[in-house]
Amino acid sequence: MEAIYKRELKSYFHNMTGPIFMAAVLVFTGIYFVAYNIVQGYPYFAAALSGMSFVLLFVIPILTMRSFAEERKSKTDQLLLTSPVSVTQIVMGKYLAMISVLGFCMLISCLAPVIIHFYGGGSIPADYMAILGFFLLGAAYIAVGMFVSSLTESQIIAAVGTFCILLVLQLIDGITSILPSGASGSYVCFFILFLLAAAFVYLMTKNRVISCGVGAVCEIVLTIVYFVRQSSFEGMFGDFLNALSLISRYDNILNQTLELTTFFYYISVAAVFCFLTVQVIQKRRWS
Amino acid sequence: MIEVRNLTKKYGNTVAVDNLSFSVEEGEIYGFLGPNGAGKSTTMNIITGYIAASEGEVLINGYDILHDAKKAKSMIGYLPEIPPLYQDMTVREYLTFAAELKGIPKKEIGDAVDVAEKTVQVTDVSGRLIKNLSKGYKQRVGFAQALLGLPEVLILDEPTVGLDPKQIIEIRDLIRELGKNHTIILSSHILSEVSAICDKIMIISQGRLIAADTPANLMELMQPSVRLNISLKAEKEKAEAVLSSIEGISRYGIRESEEEGILEAEVEYEHGADLRDRIALAFAEAKRLVVGLREETASLEDIFLELTEPEEKNASALIAESEKREREDAKSDLKNDGGDPEETAEEGEEERHGSDL
Repeated sequence: MEAIYKRELKSYFHNMTGPIFMAAVLVFTGIYFVAYNIVQGYPYFAAALSGMSFVLLFVIPILTMRSFAEERKSKTDQLLLTSPVSVTQIVMGKYLAMISVLGFCMLISCLAPVIIHFYGGGSIPADYMAILGFFLLGAAYIAVGMFVSSLTESQIIAAVGTFCILLVLQLIDGITSILPSGASGSYVCFFILFLLAAAFVYLMTKNRVISCGVGAVCEIVLTIVYFVRQSSFEGMFGDFLNALSLISRYDNILNQTLELTTFFYYISVAAVFCFLTVQVIQKRRWS
Repeated sequence: MIEVRNLTKKYGNTVAVDNLSFSVEEGEIYGFLGPNGAGKSTTMNIITGYIAASEGEVLINGYDILHDAKKAKSMIGYLPEIPPLYQDMTVREYLTFAAELKGIPKKEIGDAVDVAEKTVQVTDVSGRLIKNLSKGYKQRVGFAQALLGLPEVLILDEPTVGLDPKQIIEIRDLIRELGKNHTIILSSHILSEVSAICDKIMIISQGRLIAADTPANLMELMQPSVRLNISLKAEKEKAEAVLSSIEGISRYGIRESEEEGILEAEVEYEHGADLRDRIALAFAEAKRLVVGLREETASLEDIFLELTEPEEKNASALIAESEKREREDAKSDLKNDGGDPEETAEEGEEERHGSDL
């Protein structure tokens, strides 16, 4: 794992990916910092980072697109997969390298709270919490990007796919507001969601019995619950989607309310996508 | 040592490798031969653990490649068809990375890389970026990667592709040298190469093992008798008389050659009985001059073509396979015969149930 981590990190700075990524993150952090904290005199760095979260959508795919897509295209994955390291070690080595690049940017932006403090006001612990939260948000995004990259051989598809998924996650609040909020609307949305889940299970396992079984059980349970406790379906799908939203949780940090659940949520999203990446690579060896 | 048992790999409905079994002893060099798409690379990818087999198992020195992956993989050096090179690294960096990846202890990495570089002669490009190297050098760097730490088992997929003739000879010598105390499987398109290096040849077609034997035995199998071409300075009647007096000749034919006064005789006799000296002496006693004597052998190309020809596959498979394999085949045929009627019976029952309902 150490060898892969070192190689990946070096390779980010051998070609232009690493410098471009860091430059983009730092330049935009600087712009937001100057605009919000210096010019407008807002005493919390979290405000600048909140603006930065939109920039992350564009730069994270640059960082993650080549992670597995390129390995596959150039067949170098043969070296990794035939060497005595486990797939988990390979994935973690790469993942840690990518979040390290983001980590460097975050370390540099650790200067910002000090500058704010220098001007007077602000709260240094709150600002560092905000930076940590932002780093974890980025880490979750990187895990999503790595997962998409493991699905394809094309870096372009990986980048565009990651961007689309992150954009949907970003806009999820807006999307929920246009969805039907009534009980029956929620029921239909969940029904469709379970159908899609069953289709996904079929794609992964190629087993009709299992996927149909999983789908049927979910739909039946859903229908029973719907008829027994119809009232609880009111706005349930919207709440469900909102709960998935990564960025709305970041607003908690913005409001100076430190919630550990936010941190844990980001870490678990990252863990889930790292796990899925391992599964995708393992599965490809079997098909 | 490598043991492969009942290996099968299916991609959807296509069968890439079909019930392949063999074992390679330590100190043996095995050559994989087969037309394009025969399943050579797939087999090698399965042996090295890059992809998993649909059925069957692979044991490397007794360790299963799937269940004891770490131990099994640490014993293998693998050079895939396309060398797995990171273009943005220098040769030295790449080999150091590969050595770390293979779990070679930190202190020994420097030496291991030096040895590997020296063995395939890439020391002079050590500091250059891999993307700037020529194809031959890239191939050699890939080979160096496989040699790192001198693993007990070497799997080489077309190791001499892209090398110049001098390099090819050097690499062949190297493989032969390594073969003395390593277990090696290599595949190649170049038949002469396989017959020159390998102790045993496995011919694979459509994912099935057709023949596995030493090069000499394969040739003997394909050509039961030795054919001798003799150029003579003699009259036709005299030559006939001499040839018919020699015991052991199964067949002969005589014709005039383009050169004036020279006859061409074709003589056939069984393997093992070397009649060359006796023929030469017989003509000498008859005071007739033998100008040329040349033994004709079936080339590996002929064997390869014949064995991999689809129409003649079954016939030649029977000829070439060892008795043991024949028995195995017979067993599996029996099993198939036994299995089919049952299946059809079941289907019939199901149909009847369906109509009842």
